[in-house]
Amino acid sequence: MTDEEARSLRVGDVLYISGLLFTARDAAHRLFADRLAKGEELPFAPVPDVVYHCGPLAVRDGAGWRVLSAGPTSSTRLDPYAPALISPLGLHLLIGKGGMGERTEATLRECGAAYAHSTGGAGALAARAITEVEGVFWLEELGMPEAVWLLRVRRFGPLLVAIDSAGGNLYREVAQQVETQRRAITERIG
Amino acid sequence: MVKPDLVSHLVSGLRVAAIRLPSDVARALAQAQAREDTPRAQSELATMLAAVDVACAGSVPLCQDTGIPTFFVEAGERSPHLSLLREAIPAAVGRATREVPLRPNSVDPFSGRNPGDNSGRGLPPIDWQLVPGDDVRIHLRLKGGGSDNVSALCMLPPNAGLAAVKDAVLDHVVASAGNPCPPTIVAVGIGGGSALCLRLAERTLWRAVGERHPDARAAALEEELLALVNETGLGPMGLGGRTTALDVHVEYAFRHPASLPVGILLQCWAARRATVRVDRRGKVEVV
Repeated sequence: MTDEEARSLRVGDVLYISGLLFTARDAAHRLFADRLAKGEELPFAPVPDVVYHCGPLAVRDGAGWRVLSAGPTSSTRLDPYAPALISPLGLHLLIGKGGMGERTEATLRECGAAYAHSTGGAGALAARAITEVEGVFWLEELGMPEAVWLLRVRRFGPLLVAIDSAGGNLYREVAQQVETQRRAITERIG
Repeated sequence: MVKPDLVSHLVSGLRVAAIRLPSDVARALAQAQAREDTPRAQSELATMLAAVDVACAGSVPLCQDTGIPTFFVEAGERSPHLSLLREAIPAAVGRATREVPLRPNSVDPFSGRNPGDNSGRGLPPIDWQLVPGDDVRIHLRLKGGGSDNVSALCMLPPNAGLAAVKDAVLDHVVASAGNPCPPTIVAVGIGGGSALCLRLAERTLWRAVGERHPDARAAALEEELLALVNETGLGPMGLGGRTTALDVHVEYAFRHPASLPVGILLQCWAARRATVRVDRRGKVEVV
């Protein structure tokens, strides 16, 4: 997507995306950060502008791979590493579940990028949108879940924009509502 | 007496667990969808139910995180087949990893290497319990890392009583937010000591949605906690809604006078489980 499209995404928007994305979890985030910090080459170029927090379940299919199930992993673990990647890699959209922290949110705001939620556990459905595995990197070193998978997707979604570049944050909204409800319950239990 | 083909049946059990959500869980999700009154909550549940159908139709794992296959064996002490179990269970995990397939999810904590076959020191985790009789029931479950990461052990002061137990469970569900993929099944173990209370909670993971504890006091606590958890409004995937938990299951043991241990596990909505039974004659079936 273009910079303008990314910056215009707002919490509550429901997206279906088509194109190339890459997966990255804990180990890959560290490797990317290390490489960028040392000015070393990345395993592939150009890097897609969409990252999916996911460790797919894939099987060999002839010379290539087929993904059977590919739902999101919890994004909060990646919060310490994501800010360093967003601008250098030119990321427009981060996809995962559960949200991310303040540092990533601030970086999204600065860079005009957004975070979208994908329904956890619905891996079989998400995999149907994957039309091609265009590559897998660091498979030997990191293993299947932690490797970086380059995936071509068609109508991947529904993706719910949950953190936008204009200060919108669905998780904060829900947390405030839940906090109010929780305090009301405490008064009754005591 | 027939020598049971235990490995094949365990592989079948792992396959069924990975692909087909138990009907009590699917039913509870559908009921939740009907109860939700916002499009966002309804949409999350609709996506979950659509994935359940796709997984079944395509015979593919519902969720990509097939967890670390974990077992709870109720071993009838008079079963003539006990000696088969120790080798059959890990063998089945290896075969299922290749055939179902399961995601290779075992990592050496020192080197970070993933052997690719779900093998490794200490794996698979097996909770062995001797029971009367001659049947062996091998309960298996697949539960993702995200939900395991929000497990909690709370060593409460005993004077704080049941009110503190309820507070601990509620606080923990709220703090976990969307990470365990709500609506969850909340598993609560009370008493017994630090290790046992988590084990007690873990054993409830094989109960069905709607199953109540036979002790009326524990059953009342289960129902009260379910209502309270759902009052928080955390909702499906932690995005707001009326269904934060599909059920709450409690197990308890007597406690040390100075302790009130509470173990809390959150089972994600994709509650994947199966049981393989071996009877005295060696007949094996996935039940």
